[in-house]
Amino acid sequence: MTAAALAPAWRVRRRRRVADTVMAVLLVVATAIAVGLLVLILGYLLVNGLPALNVAFFTERPKPFGVEGGGVGPAIVGTLIVSALAGVIAIPIGIAAAIFVTELRPGRWGGIVRFAAELIAGLPSIAVGVFVWSFLVRGLLGRYSALAGAVALAVIMVPIVARTTEEVLRLVPGSLREAALALGAPRWRVILRVVLPTARAGVATAAVLAVARAAGETAPLLLTALGNLFFSTDLLRPIAALPLQIYQYASSPYDDWHAKAWGGSLILVAVIAAVSLALRAFAPRGAR
Amino acid sequence: MRSGRGDRVFAGGVTGLALIVPLTLAGITFLMVEAAWPSITKYGVGFLTSSTWDPVKEIFGAAAYLYGTLVTTAIAVVLAAPVAVGAAIFLVEYAPKRIAGTLSFLIEVLAYIPSIVYGLWGLFVLVPLFRENVEPSLQSLLGPVPIVGGLFAGAIGGRDLLVGGVILAIMIVPILVAVSREVIAAVPTAQREGMLGIGATKWEMVRGAVLPYARIGIIGAIVLGLARAFGETMAVTLVVGNSSTAITSSLFVPGYTMASAIANQFVEATGQLYFSAIVEIAVLLLIVALVVNTLARLLIRRVSAAPQGFAI
Repeated sequence: MTAAALAPAWRVRRRRRVADTVMAVLLVVATAIAVGLLVLILGYLLVNGLPALNVAFFTERPKPFGVEGGGVGPAIVGTLIVSALAGVIAIPIGIAAAIFVTELRPGRWGGIVRFAAELIAGLPSIAVGVFVWSFLVRGLLGRYSALAGAVALAVIMVPIVARTTEEVLRLVPGSLREAALALGAPRWRVILRVVLPTARAGVATAAVLAVARAAGETAPLLLTALGNLFFSTDLLRPIAALPLQIYQYASSPYDDWHAKAWGGSLILVAVIAAVSLALRAFAPRGAR
Repeated sequence: MRSGRGDRVFAGGVTGLALIVPLTLAGITFLMVEAAWPSITKYGVGFLTSSTWDPVKEIFGAAAYLYGTLVTTAIAVVLAAPVAVGAAIFLVEYAPKRIAGTLSFLIEVLAYIPSIVYGLWGLFVLVPLFRENVEPSLQSLLGPVPIVGGLFAGAIGGRDLLVGGVILAIMIVPILVAVSREVIAAVPTAQREGMLGIGATKWEMVRGAVLPYARIGIIGAIVLGLARAFGETMAVTLVVGNSSTAITSSLFVPGYTMASAIANQFVEATGQLYFSAIVEIAVLLLIVALVVNTLARLLIRRVSAAPQGFAI
């Protein structure tokens, strides 16, 4: 400060102006890097993924190396089955948790449920995988299975559903609840017939968003659903999933399989991005 | 309040379902510690300090995995934090509203990309780039420098701790930007106006009024990013090498992280003790995640809550 005070005024002014400009430029560069990364990743995905796509890629099962063609059919079916089942498990729990937190016990108990959900959301997905692996795969069920995979994904989905639903429920005006209660409706009718229908669009968004997010998870499925090269709908057997298939193709030494890994990734990202963005565009405020 | 039968049934049902959430967390913690118990009692603290991982002789020490995780996480935060915080400052303070909205949205899209896709991209884009260009340049440039040179010593393979850290850096940018943006936006306008009112330039305003106010929140954001990087699995598994369990100073050695060790070895873990040791690694990840997330949330909550009280 003393040095600055002794310097001539014009020099101080210039130094301050230069510092201001330099920092502005640096901040623009930082933003450009962050956005540039997205462009780079999506660019590579499109360039390498598009050539791999054809009808057979969607419908056929993986072929052994050296055999022409083959695709990720079982993986697509498997991902649909496992994510849907996980959704069936997770969505009611998540919505109930949100109702509990906002409508029933907003105080200490609600706080406990919310905090637990936040902590589960922060768990590494591989840790969730290890939990289900030791609990179901080695424990109760005794084998790798689609069901175990669904449970693992459900653990990941619940906090997402709960949190987003909670935000939506908070947007429902208190006056609506009061009006319904004043008409003599019991609380359960108020929640089921007034609050939830008002928040319907947002709750649906929360549910779909959670399923889309979890569908891209690999680590927990690796330890639970394991993967499968054949079409399977048996919930008690190992099942294929798109992320697992990508992992297998990517870690192989063959160029043809690498191309298929890119193709699979492109499908995965396209579906997740399309669902998330569409919801974002149409969803009400708070449900993002 | 009148509490009819319907109310009791409904409240009971909702409460039952909602309590599954805390019970799941408790169940995860308890069952995993239980599964890891044989390993915890057998190896004790040695599990954290020994780097011998020998499934055949059933000697398990996870120090090398711990080291790999710490190194890659550190690289990730060092690289990602300046970029992300810089971008957040630009988006909140400099960019016109409409442009800021579009750019933040684009950065947010990065968060939608599944981890396995980052891994694929890292493996086929970053790894060759680092093997052919970045790492040889780093080695010839910084190799001769004492102390620092050790970081860049040894054979170059491209699948190593450095690339693992870089892919993690890319993956945590979105969460860092999102949270930093939030806490910077929470700085009261009066703070900014006061600074500008005494003739500060824009940057002086940011440095003198915005950053000190948002500091704790930004630290919270970084801690949150750290937690994310710590447990990230698939992307790292594909690029980090997964071969050496020796701890050396070089960033160019193919290493393991705790998460990648689990992903790579769980299939082989048929022995009771081997299984238990793998679960113990997961328990370590679990503990760190619980502690760090609690901490980060407390920090961020403090900032987002504080300004309203004495803002205007």
